[in-house]
Formats: sequence, C-alpha cells, structure tokens
Amino acid sequence: MEAAETDIKLKKPEEKGEVVVNIAHVAKSFGNKDVLKDINLQLKRGENVVVLGKSGQGKSVTIQCIVGMLTPDKGTVKVFGNDVAQMGEEQLKELRIKIGFLFQSGALYDSMTVRENMEFPLTRIKKMTDQAEIDKLVEEALDGVGLKEAIDKMPSDLSGGMRKRAGLARTLIMQPEIMLYDEPTTGLDPITSREISELILRMQEKYKTSSIIITHDMECARITADRIVIMNDGEYIAEGSYEELENSEDEFIRSFFNQTK
Amino acid sequence: MAEQAIPGYKKWLEAVGDQGVFFSSFFRNLFRGGFEWSEFVRQCYEIGYRSLMLVGITSFIMGLVLILQLRPSLLELGAESMLPRTLAVSFIREIGPVIIAIICAGKVASGIGAELGSMKVTEQIDAMEVSGANPLQYLVVTRVLATAFMVPLLTLIGDAIGLFGGYLALNFTDDISFSLYFTKCISSLEFMDLLPAVVKTIFFGFAIGFVGCYKGYNSNKGTESVGLAANSAVVTASLWIFVIDALAVQITSILFYR
Repeated sequence: MEAAETDIKLKKPEEKGEVVVNIAHVAKSFGNKDVLKDINLQLKRGENVVVLGKSGQGKSVTIQCIVGMLTPDKGTVKVFGNDVAQMGEEQLKELRIKIGFLFQSGALYDSMTVRENMEFPLTRIKKMTDQAEIDKLVEEALDGVGLKEAIDKMPSDLSGGMRKRAGLARTLIMQPEIMLYDEPTTGLDPITSREISELILRMQEKYKTSSIIITHDMECARITADRIVIMNDGEYIAEGSYEELENSEDEFIRSFFNQTK
Repeated sequence: MAEQAIPGYKKWLEAVGDQGVFFSSFFRNLFRGGFEWSEFVRQCYEIGYRSLMLVGITSFIMGLVLILQLRPSLLELGAESMLPRTLAVSFIREIGPVIIAIICAGKVASGIGAELGSMKVTEQIDAMEVSGANPLQYLVVTRVLATAFMVPLLTLIGDAIGLFGGYLALNFTDDISFSLYFTKCISSLEFMDLLPAVVKTIFFGFAIGFVGCYKGYNSNKGTESVGLAANSAVVTASLWIFVIDALAVQITSILFYR
C-alpha cells in the first residue's frame, strides 16, 4: 500500500457533466416489505455520491437495480440514457462492462490466485489473448492498490483490507465509467477503512469514474463524497455536501454525524 | 385443509419451473460458443481423478462381497461355475453403474452444491455476473459436462476393479486362474450388456452435475444455505439416479431383451 495521504481535504462540489445514472421514482418490494418507496437520484459524470442510511434500508438494492441484478417494481433506472429494465441480455452485458461493482467482501474468486482473479475479466470479457499485455495490465492494477507483492497469493491468504483492494483492482482493470461501492469499509479497522476510502478517491481521480458509494462509515463519506444523500424508510430524505448535512437541524440527519464527533 | 395444501403445491410447481428455466439456460449456454476448456479440464480432474480412489475401493469391496454372498447359494444349486458370469452380468449391467453413481452423488454433487453455494453466499457469482462475464457458462456448463464425461469413465474403471475384487474372493475359496476367471466373465457379456450400462451412466453423471449446480447456484444468501445446498444436492441426485435407472432398465428391456 502506498503511503497514506496525510491531509485529505473535503472535496468541494465541482462543475459536473452529463447525468450518467438517473433513478426516477423507483419502488421495490420483497414480499410484504416495501424496501424502496420512491427513490430519485442522479449521478453526474465525474461525481462521487455517497448514500447514507441505516442497515436494511435498501441502499444496496438501489445499486443492484443500476446493474440489472434487480428490476424495480415501479419507476425507471436509466444508465447513459438507457432504461436498464428494457435491456436485452447482450445490451445488459455491454452496460455491465462499463460499470464496476465492488462488493462488501471484495468477492474474489477463491479458487483462483490474485493474478488469475485479475486476468479473469480481461480474458473472458475483453477477450484479450496477448499474455504480455495481460501481465502488464494486471501488474499495473495491483500496483495501483499496493498489492503487487500478493500477485500469486490465494484470496484465503489475504486480510480483509487486502481482499477489498484486490477486488477494487479487479473491478478497475476493466476501466469502468461508473463505480458502485457496496459498503467498501464495512468490517475493517479504522486505519484500513481510511486507507480504502483514500484509495477510492485516488482511483476515481486516476480512472475518472463516477461513483455511488453505499456506506454508513462517516469517515469514508467525509473523504470520498462530493454529495451525500441520506436514506430513511425507503426514501431519500436529504441531500447536500458533507458540511451542509453536518450542520442540519434535523435530528435524524445529525445522528449520522454525531458518531464522528 | 385445502388452503394449507396450496402453498406447498405452489412451492413445488415453482421449484419445477425454476429447474426448467435453469435447464434451458444450461442448454442455451452450452451452444453459445466460447467454451471454457481449461475449467472443463480442471473439473474433469477434480471430479474424476479425485473420486478415483473412493470409487476403486468401493467397487473392489462390492465385487469381493458379492462373490462371498453369492457363493453359498450357487454352491447349493451346484452352479458354482456360474459365479464369474453372475458377478459380471450383475456388476456391469446394474450394480456397478448405480453404486458408483450413488458414490459420485455423495461426493461430487455435494461438492459442487457446497462450492457454488459458498460462491453465492460470498457474492462471487454476483460479482461474475455484474462484471459482464457469464457464470452459467464458466461454472455450470463445465461442471455438468465434466460430470457427464467422468462418471461413465469412473464406472468402467470401477467395473474392472469390482470384477478383480470378485476374482480375489473366489481365489480364496476356489482355485481358479486369473485368465480363466476373466475369460468366463468376458465371454458371458455381450456388447448390449455394456452399451446401455455406459449410456445410462452418462445420464447419471448429467443428473449429478446438474442437480449439484442447480442447488448451489440457487441457494439462499446465508451460511446455513451452503449446508442445505450440499445436502439437498445429494438427496435429489440420488433420487434421480434411481428414477433414471428404472427408466433405463425399461427402455433397455424393450429395445434389446424382448
């Protein structure tokens, strides 16, 4: 891992570009439970949006709708202007290549070494055959997350933080335009959590991705967010920068920020 | 009473429907192209080579025990010379394929069910899917084909070892030469004894691989579901083996032994 940046400053909202993800009036139920009631969210190119909320509120369901793992009961999810629910198998596959999804656990394939994990999307999805080129990309990706020395290790030999970094490298090796992070710092100690948050920011700057980060780690939100939306009871109830929401008079919103004080 | 029966009935229908969808997805991906040869070979090794010792020992013991059990009865009838023939026909036609398939259901179906189940729990299958890769092609097609390919091979090897076990058992009690024993075994067999037996093991292998993959791939996202997937894979695959065997015997009887 590269030396952590000592002074991470809050990112100020910049002039952002086109809308790459547009979630409009999305509702989703499982059985009798209405997990999402009326979700509206726009992600602009180059922007980092953090979604905060209590556990079990459907934060992950929202990003699963973006990659077509789940279909909303109501509303539309448009990515690059295309309605995900209307896409055919091949169209969805093409879309998924442009979206990186980092799972909570890193989701490394545990029967493969770290190198094979990195090679998997290159050979299966990009259909690359030039081994020298593949090796170069793999080494570059692992170097970027500070895991070059673990290239021939099995996932079971890696710590939780290393797995997440390897998972991030495997996702970024495809150079996605949008990154979706599902609780990237959950289960990690504060130092490793901070390292991962800083890594997310560095990778976003390097690969120029637009990101949605699902978390309830306020330190992660502080470091990575251009904009924060807060979710409660299946709806987004507040939106703003870290400072704006930190100074909110709403007790529920402030309760997220109180934990960092 | 009737109202209570509906959910169970619906659940069963849903399960049948899910299996039908999974079955059609398997065939769609089978002929899609981009076959994962390296994973197929790895699975053949995992399924075939790693089951060889278990299949060999079990077949050897089965051959040995069958001779020891059959001998007193045939001796009573004065048909001791029929022992090699009886063992060969029963082992090649029925006992070998079924016992070896049941062993493979226990070892292979549970292994596949648990492996894919834990991949589901740890979001590896989801990760593969959202990356744009095809988990069905990589995980399911390779495993089902490898099982359908390796179970017949294991059965042929197991048959040979079972007959050898029978020879050793017979050699303890009667003085019979190796060449005479195997000549008697082979001369009592016809091509039509071997062919249906091998063909049905391909279906046994397919059922073992398919059920293991289906149970693992569709397991719930909880740690206990890994155990459940492995367990129900063994039970369902074993049941399918007997169903396929019953059908195969009927079809073989109609086609070859009328």
